[in-house]
Amino acid sequence: MSPRFLALFIARRIVALLVLLLIISFGVFTLLYLAPGSVEDILRGTRPQTPETTQAIREQYHLNDSFLMQYWIWLKDAIHGDFGSSIRTSEPVIDGIESRAALSAYLGLYAFAIVMLFGVPLGALAALRKRTTVDRGIVGLGVVGVSAPAFATGIFLLYLFAVRVSWFPAYGQGSGFWDRIWHLTLPAVALALTGMALVIKLTRAAMINSLDQDYVVFARARGIPARRVLVTYAFRNALVPVVTAAGLILGYLLTGAVLVEVTFALPGVGALLVESVTFKDVPMVQGVTLLVAAVIILINLLTDVLYLFVDPRVRFGRGAS
Amino acid sequence: MIPAAELPVARTRRRARVSILIVFCFIVVAVVAVFAIFGNLIAPYDPNEQNLLVGLTRPSSTYWLGTDDLGRDVFSRTIVGARTAVVGPILIALGAMLIGNTLGLIAGYKGGLVDSTIMRWVDLMWALPGLLVAIVVVGVLGGGYYLSVALLILLTAPYDTRIVRGATLEQRALPYVEAARTLGLSSKRIMVRHIWPNVLPLVVANTFLNFAFSLVTLSALSFLGLGVGPGTPDWGRMLAESQTLLFDNPAAALAPGGMIVITAASMNLIGDWLYERLSDRGRAR
Repeated sequence: MSPRFLALFIARRIVALLVLLLIISFGVFTLLYLAPGSVEDILRGTRPQTPETTQAIREQYHLNDSFLMQYWIWLKDAIHGDFGSSIRTSEPVIDGIESRAALSAYLGLYAFAIVMLFGVPLGALAALRKRTTVDRGIVGLGVVGVSAPAFATGIFLLYLFAVRVSWFPAYGQGSGFWDRIWHLTLPAVALALTGMALVIKLTRAAMINSLDQDYVVFARARGIPARRVLVTYAFRNALVPVVTAAGLILGYLLTGAVLVEVTFALPGVGALLVESVTFKDVPMVQGVTLLVAAVIILINLLTDVLYLFVDPRVRFGRGAS
Repeated sequence: MIPAAELPVARTRRRARVSILIVFCFIVVAVVAVFAIFGNLIAPYDPNEQNLLVGLTRPSSTYWLGTDDLGRDVFSRTIVGARTAVVGPILIALGAMLIGNTLGLIAGYKGGLVDSTIMRWVDLMWALPGLLVAIVVVGVLGGGYYLSVALLILLTAPYDTRIVRGATLEQRALPYVEAARTLGLSSKRIMVRHIWPNVLPLVVANTFLNFAFSLVTLSALSFLGLGVGPGTPDWGRMLAESQTLLFDNPAAALAPGGMIVITAASMNLIGDWLYERLSDRGRAR
């Protein structure tokens, strides 16, 4: 029963994911028509305006077909990774994204690691010291973090650690693993602070909840060492909702990276999106938006599946019934 | 509606002290509101007046926060910048409240096909990364402050809808709703006059949180050059334009940045505080 349930669950999620992607892709495609100015002018870019180029553009982008037909052709190409060519640089969109993706992934994962490594212990600590100054301080830090947009935090960090004391470089992405870590620390911390609040809040709530459970009281009554009660009994169970939220947070960090990349002048996918949006480079905007959305939705799917494996109650409970 | 015997208990138990922090938050919000309304009168200099003879200076007794590279007074610009930081988020919070309450009440009360249609829309909007959508749509449409505001209303409304729907579902099962229905009141009247007042406290608390969220997102759009026009005294825009001055006059970038953080944090704390108080009171009922 259980594997069948699992397969059904994943299948249903994948269908939902595909529907969502289809809706998003339609929205992304219509961007071309939403943008002010005629479609030919947008796609022409800096090429000279002659009847011949206009005709060539109409041919190349199938503008003589109906709207839905155009969408269908575009979608078919997009599925094969072909989003057309950038208007700004005239290189294929996919190449432009590929050359920038590594840096963004690096930054996102680095920030994610910081969020998890600091957020979870801080949240647990706040729960253990409930209603004390420590608790209020940690929760307050979280509130400030979520209230501070990543670019504001970024500028404060730049001022403190690159201008006042030059511990970290003010710009550049570094080369090689350690150099890159050194260069990306400030951006990653700025990004991490915005996601930290959610992790702290969740861990704190989950930990308070699991410390209240009967099995914790019972374990204490039996004289099991306090550390073992906290770690093995309370903490492990408190982790379930945190793991569930992990995907959400990773997605949040990936979109927040846009602001951080612009603040620190890092040439990542987010900065590429902002440059393309400012330049009205619609094919590039379409490609980046669709890929980022797909990545975020995929992460959400993976988290849902992960949730099944983390919480045995979900795995066995429903499967057995 | 409220059993009389429970009232005193609920009152005495929830007579919580207002912490100093919350008082501080209210003061911050009041000051920002005064800046937003009377900013032009308070500001010591014209925020847009360029003085190239003065140029870029550090904080001094004449220019409290120094001047930017065009010789504009940073202090005056920060005060006047409160206006775009407050007007947009208020419109967004109220707009989202209006849409969210209407849809949430209908979805929660009517149920059935109406409910699932509205909730599918809400689910869709939740699955979309909001900031990304805002950047792409505002950017491709050509940018602008009120365009950003309108889009953020649409992106924020689902949060309100979900909260109001949940609360309405809870209320719908209560005897007073059934009584009102037995009396033959129209569903519109039951929703607006009977259920909505009971849902309102949560909505108000959530509106503060929405305000903070919209303030941060709007300033992010302005920071990216998609919100207000160039040169406007707006906190996000000022940050972007003064970022390169970090070595020469850090105050030009840090002052607007600090204002965004303090204002948003105050609104978040007030919202959390209200939420805690009001949802507890709801439970005591």
